[in-house]
Amino acid sequence: MVYLPHTDAERRQMLQAIGVETIAALFEDVPERYRYPALDLPDPLSELEALQELRYLSDINLDAIQSPMFLGAGAYRHWVPSVVDYVISRGEFATAYTPYQPEVSQGTLQAIFEYQSMICDLTGMDVANASHYDGATATAEAVIQAYNVFRKKRKKVMISAAVHPHYREVVRTYTQGLEVEIIGDEKERPISELLELVDDQTACVILQTPNFLGELEDLASLADEVHTRGQDARKADRHTLLVVVTNPISLGLLKPPGDYGADIVVGEGQPLGLGLNFGGPYLGIYATREEYVRELAGRLIGKAVDVEGKEGFVMTLTTREQHIRRARATSNICTNQGLMALAATVYMAALGKHGLRQVAELNYHKAHYAADRIDALKGFSVARAKPFFNEFVVRCPVGVSELNRYLLEDVADVEIIGGYDLSRAYPQRRNQMLVAVTEMNSQAEIDMLVDALAAYRSN
Amino acid sequence: MNEPVIYELSAPGREGVKLPHLDVPASDLPTELLREELPLPEVSEIDVVRHFLRLSQQNYAIDKGMYPLGSCTMKFNPKINEVTARLPGFTSIHPLQYTNTAQGALYLMYTVQEYLKEVGGFAGVTVQPAAGAQGELAGVLMMHKYHLDRGDTQRDTILVPDSAHGTNPATTSMSGLRVVQIPSDARGNVDLDALQSQICERVVGLMITNPNTLGLFEEQIEAVVKMIHDCGGLVYGDGANMNALMGVMRPGDVGIDVMHFNLHKTFSTPHGGGGPGCGPVGVAEHLVDYLPGPVVTIDLQLSEEDAPFFNFYQPAKSIGPLTGFWGHFGILVRAYTYMRMLGAEGMKEAAEHAVLNANYLRSQVKDVYKVSHDRLCKHEFVAEGHFDAAPDVRALDIAKRLIDHGVHPPTNYFPLIVPEALMIEPTETESKQSIDNYAAILRAIATEATDNPELLHAAPHNTPVRRLDEVSAARDPILRYQHA
Repeated sequence: MVYLPHTDAERRQMLQAIGVETIAALFEDVPERYRYPALDLPDPLSELEALQELRYLSDINLDAIQSPMFLGAGAYRHWVPSVVDYVISRGEFATAYTPYQPEVSQGTLQAIFEYQSMICDLTGMDVANASHYDGATATAEAVIQAYNVFRKKRKKVMISAAVHPHYREVVRTYTQGLEVEIIGDEKERPISELLELVDDQTACVILQTPNFLGELEDLASLADEVHTRGQDARKADRHTLLVVVTNPISLGLLKPPGDYGADIVVGEGQPLGLGLNFGGPYLGIYATREEYVRELAGRLIGKAVDVEGKEGFVMTLTTREQHIRRARATSNICTNQGLMALAATVYMAALGKHGLRQVAELNYHKAHYAADRIDALKGFSVARAKPFFNEFVVRCPVGVSELNRYLLEDVADVEIIGGYDLSRAYPQRRNQMLVAVTEMNSQAEIDMLVDALAAYRSN
Repeated sequence: MNEPVIYELSAPGREGVKLPHLDVPASDLPTELLREELPLPEVSEIDVVRHFLRLSQQNYAIDKGMYPLGSCTMKFNPKINEVTARLPGFTSIHPLQYTNTAQGALYLMYTVQEYLKEVGGFAGVTVQPAAGAQGELAGVLMMHKYHLDRGDTQRDTILVPDSAHGTNPATTSMSGLRVVQIPSDARGNVDLDALQSQICERVVGLMITNPNTLGLFEEQIEAVVKMIHDCGGLVYGDGANMNALMGVMRPGDVGIDVMHFNLHKTFSTPHGGGGPGCGPVGVAEHLVDYLPGPVVTIDLQLSEEDAPFFNFYQPAKSIGPLTGFWGHFGILVRAYTYMRMLGAEGMKEAAEHAVLNANYLRSQVKDVYKVSHDRLCKHEFVAEGHFDAAPDVRALDIAKRLIDHGVHPPTNYFPLIVPEALMIEPTETESKQSIDNYAAILRAIATEATDNPELLHAAPHNTPVRRLDEVSAARDPILRYQHA
């Protein structure tokens, strides 16, 4: 009887108070033939045994603590300051519910307000929500917001093939029941060519920078073009929305999408102090302009004043949300990623203005050092048509899965986790590896990768 | 005292945690792309620790005391779950590393799928959905696609009882379908006549929560399922209240075609102040091919003696993926730990004690508070927060006064079909003392309501802030820190 506090005597007193003889009598309204099925589950474990089993399962996996890792593609290994886990481990944060009673939830509410503020600062936008599930679902919610901004009249959604392939799939999952047509990513093409397809029936254009290939897109004057091409014939202030998907760490260094005129900025918040965790829980960053706040999905925290004039925080503009508006809500989202948003807030606070810039620069310089060295290897070359941040494309002499197997199994004394095989999402990109380098990769690790690749040639 | 916003602790030039020095030659930065300023706070590590610690102290939490929010299942979050979820082989593995280097993680995901299949009575499970609401979206999209694939293109309607969670109708709209609401009958069940009147060939399916949000078992569940199946529709089970039935009844056995589980409710993972949740979805045989991909499967097993090899697999007619990677793996580790510690017997006992505690608390207050239906409840019950002798006292006043007494209020104003609803779910992990204490407070407040109603109207009195003006906050929203 794990986690159940009652004694036998207490149980008897309670049953008596209810007026039944047995606990089973509390379930008499459950159809008898379905009651108490025999479940085929293993016997319960003690805490010690459970820990041993879980340790075993953990140990089987090859983790990035034992092994140098050069894999990114939407999830990145970064250093997480100790203070992050300290704060999110506190029971007062971890075991609280959604802050429906603001008087006893000011901790959660203020932390989310600070999160929203930092995301606005980072992205250069007016309003950020309390977060979505991850970068992919934030992108899907951006499409739905754009669709709602135009009262479902504009049905065309343009998405670049350089947006994360998983995000493009999730956008399609989310919109399959809506009359939305998603185009633009049938093939890889320059943004200029994509923009030629924008017209006054286009709800939004989705671009990513750094894009999935690690390249920095030049967004200057792009918003103007999207807005002009997608202008409403009758209402001059209505125009196609520019949605920018971004990596928050890159914004420590780079001009924020808000400065370029983006209407919605989304991104994967995992790099902001969250572990890799085999894909989740992550954090969907979502920010927009003030004029679109009523169509925004998800929770928002705002300032308020109490009966004594003291300042505090509440959930606000809740009439957009499902628990109030039901079928007419802007989304069905009910939670946010509360604890993950808190982790990102603590991360951004602990690093601060200077630290985030430093992390971004470390990523940039290390990635460029790695790219320069790999580019110099015979048989390998790095795609350098556009500037990049912490990830770049390497053209390899052989298939990437073959090369990765070699890095993992055939290099002496080390198991190197290589980059992403681009042919998995872009069949024409055979022999192209997407390599990510972060502040976690020491020079020694990078050199180890380079030496291993060089040795592969000579094999 | 209010804790300042962290920006207000900032001092120009102050630095937080230290980063390593650059150990490679620097490259040229792309000057035309660089940002000019980054207005994040400048604070030291101790500032960060004290700030967030002081904020944390302004929260109520399960770790502090009873938190009986109805339909939220605020049970104890075991501490071992946090230890296992932080093992390096789980936290430091990349979602895209080759599956042969992550067999421990895939085994865990596969096993969670298998356990949930067993507990729910389903043929297939996906653990991908990030929350209950996303599980609902998956379920409704699957039901619709199933009909479309059979050429049943006229189906566009989801039936939703009026006691349903707001996510049910919101999910339906998000899926491009129409919602028709079904009233409840005098015993708190779905009204069968009203349901019958809406049965037609446009029905995609019904979304039903069982026990429903009144905390009552749907006594006609078999008839309801039959009615929907007879018209070719499917039945979606909202698993938010599964804590009442785990190990007692398998929804799949009753004919539920698809259902989401809330691991953050039934399976003890922490709510985190509003997430991350996790909403795996179970389906009957005819929907297995529609599951959002990927699911984990045994790829290759040469013989009984060989270790199985686990891999990701895309179901043939999948509605597509729901999240960027494989869902909330870190939450699955916690839920797996919990399920391993409970086993079948522990799960059944958890549900039994959840129902025992709810009925006991109900028995201790029902002479003072009107309870919605005179029936045995399941894991929660709904009381009405108003008194004849104190006509201007409302559920909100009672909720706020509970805070003064040092406990967390129940869910209030939900379900919508009960006036001044107080929806109370104690959960199985509360002791008799803890429930007795809560009952005594509820009874004391009922007395205060007549003796000194102003005490309730003005509550709470001793919190960091008192009642906040939400109307003004929404009229003139301030949603971020304003830089000077």
